Amino acid sequence: MSIAAFHVPDAAAGLPISLSRVEKSFGKLNVLANFNLEIPAGQFLAVVGRSGGGKSTLMRLVAGLDTPDSGRVGIGGGRVERLHPSVRLLFQEARLVPWQRVVENVGIARGANWQEKARRTLVDVGLEGRENDWPSVLSGGQRQRVALARALVSEPQILLLDEPFGALDALTRIEMHRLLERIWTDRRFTSVLITHDVAEAVALADRVVVLRDGAIALDIDIDLDRPRQELADPRAVDLQRQILDAV
Amino acid sequence: MAETSVAGYAAGETRKLNLKGLGSALAPWALPIVLLIVWEIAARTGLVTARLMPAPTTVAAAFWRSLLDGSLLVHTLASTQRALIGLAIGGGLGFVAGVVNGLWKPAETAFDSTLQMVRNIPHLALIPLVILWFGIDETAKIFLVSIGVFFPIYINTFYGVRTIDPQLVEMASVYGLDRKALITRIILPGALPSILVGLRYALGFMWLTLIVAETISATSGIGYMTMNAREFLQTDIVLLGIIVYALLGKLADVATRAIEKRVLVWHPAYQARQGGER
Repeated sequence: MSIAAFHVPDAAAGLPISLSRVEKSFGKLNVLANFNLEIPAGQFLAVVGRSGGGKSTLMRLVAGLDTPDSGRVGIGGGRVERLHPSVRLLFQEARLVPWQRVVENVGIARGANWQEKARRTLVDVGLEGRENDWPSVLSGGQRQRVALARALVSEPQILLLDEPFGALDALTRIEMHRLLERIWTDRRFTSVLITHDVAEAVALADRVVVLRDGAIALDIDIDLDRPRQELADPRAVDLQRQILDAV
Repeated sequence: MAETSVAGYAAGETRKLNLKGLGSALAPWALPIVLLIVWEIAARTGLVTARLMPAPTTVAAAFWRSLLDGSLLVHTLASTQRALIGLAIGGGLGFVAGVVNGLWKPAETAFDSTLQMVRNIPHLALIPLVILWFGIDETAKIFLVSIGVFFPIYINTFYGVRTIDPQLVEMASVYGLDRKALITRIILPGALPSILVGLRYALGFMWLTLIVAETISATSGIGYMTMNAREFLQTDIVLLGIIVYALLGKLADVATRAIEKRVLVWHPAYQARQGGER
């Protein structure tokens, strides 16, 4: 089991995540068995695998939406027992509240100065001027941008991304990758991206973990320069092939 | 910027309406107008007995008379007041029961099946009992209206609360909304379209109940006015009463539509088509 010692960034902004000897089963189905994973603070980790390989379960455990049958899920030294306030989740669907305007969706948790903060974050994701639109008039990509702004507005230390770009068209997806990479480079929160898109994993992550039948089949560093180019860098192609072989 | 584009769109909409002309606006009225003319002719030529079916102009004259002597206003106000009080009580209770049962499983277990059973009793069948309990004063009629409007509001509120997208609820809890914020910002607004459907049904039941209740026992109200007129064979007043009921019903419907349009602005069905933006 690799205890990651790669790429330790200037931390502070992110929190480390650690799973040790985690067991989780649904009925007779053993999704995760004796599962160990250390994610250092500020790392961008991508988890790749087939459907039913345990990716979403892993995500829900870290988010505190589910609890492990045994073992320990920890964030920054503490044990995850319920939703952690500095963890934010980006879902597959944008899950915007249709009856709240864009700015209200971003500031969904309200709090002090929420409107001001929401407006600023909307600028960061490139949606200046759309504050007062209803979600129903936005395109799929714009909706995910709003969802991203909603996740970022509270300055989370961990961002979990559950295939958030899967439903977008290829061009919009590349735009979203650039946006996310830029914001992550700025803020250095710990990121866990769940995806079945190997190219996406290589384009975004510092490290890729392949999950197969609830166990880690491959754990590989992606040591490419940032900002990354989506177009065929021979090293990226080689990494993608390695990952695909493991999936 | 968004404001101006919305306003600009509305202006375009108005222009289009004008261009299409009054034709489409008036089309729904064509049939009633033709029927009125046929009716007038039939009454004038003696094809129908004027005593049983007075001409529209006679009814109009009756309308004018009762308007001048103030009786129409008094009776309409009496009916409207009963209707609204009954709606407030029955609708309010239905709403609260719907929310509580929708949100809280133990309450549903305790009350829902009983309510479903009671719902199947035609509430107008309670009239003899209600007269025994309350006599023929206001309470009786308000009680009946309350029961009439309770169930449509209850059922649709319950349904609306229950069918909230669970993904939104999960999102809200991940983003740290407490229970109060969850209810006021996610669940109730999400249930609103369904609640308004309930309100429209309730308004129908409201007038129906009131007509029957006033016809049987009252000393004021449109129902009383028509029953009184029947005693004296004033068929024109009877018809006038029926028309007033129709108008009040229509008014209630228009009011709900206006409310829907206002509170459901976020809903794609109530937005001007803007086309997909990319």
